[in-house]
Amino acid sequence: MKFGILVNEGPFTHQASDSAYQFTKAAIAKGHQVMRVFFYYDGVNNANRLSEPQADDRNLVKLWGELAKEHKIDLVVCIAAALRRGIKEEILAEGFRISGLGQLIEVGIAADRTVMFGD
Amino acid sequence: MSEDMEGSFETEGVHKQFMFLNRKAPYGTIYALEVLEMILISAAFEQNTNVVFMDDGVYQIRKGMDTKPVNMKNFSPTYRILEAEKEDADEDPDAEMKWRLIVEKESMEARGLTPEDFIIEVEVLPAKQVGELMAEMDVILGG
Repeated sequence: MKFGILVNEGPFTHQASDSAYQFTKAAIAKGHQVMRVFFYYDGVNNANRLSEPQADDRNLVKLWGELAKEHKIDLVVCIAAALRRGIKEEILAEGFRISGLGQLIEVGIAADRTVMFGD
Repeated sequence: MSEDMEGSFETEGVHKQFMFLNRKAPYGTIYALEVLEMILISAAFEQNTNVVFMDDGVYQIRKGMDTKPVNMKNFSPTYRILEAEKEDADEDPDAEMKWRLIVEKESMEARGLTPEDFIIEVEVLPAKQVGELMAEMDVILGG
């Protein structure tokens, strides 16, 4: 099955991004395809390479990037939501790219299932 | 369509059922505004579009918003674009998409509102029917 994933919350305030990450990993392990992960609302903070969680905590920004690299997953950050929150090209973590909301609608059309994480 | 919408996936000729679920009050959080931005972008993709207002989301289309005292941009008039999109889709015999603008009846009534209180014309559906419609959707997005 082809999945589109939508992450609507930041990486540290809310469980949503962790759940999305675990879901993405599990889906791939089961042989499914994750076509794109789209970050919206405060979810754009997942792409901030300046994030420095304490050393004994998981670093979700890095984990997303590593997962994307390993499985060639397209990680897209919404430009309008990102600019509002100061997430710009120059602080984008590895594996992420900034693009428009059209990328979310497009994956919604193309994927078999679109799964949203967040409130 | 702008450049960033020309994506990598084949979507030509595919018509899905999209639902945009508005559940939050218009001001106080950014969810209402950012759902509205999603809906406006989605219009370019010519999909079947079901916009639902429920819970405090019914306040999003209430007439007479004055946001000056809270120093927020009043984006309420932008909801009228949804009505215009619906009219365009209804009037175009070649359009393969359909727009529905829906308010959940129980949420509306619990807040003492009637359809006359809204800045756009809506269908009022009981929760059960909204639930049935939801089950028919391909993609549900919201905030």
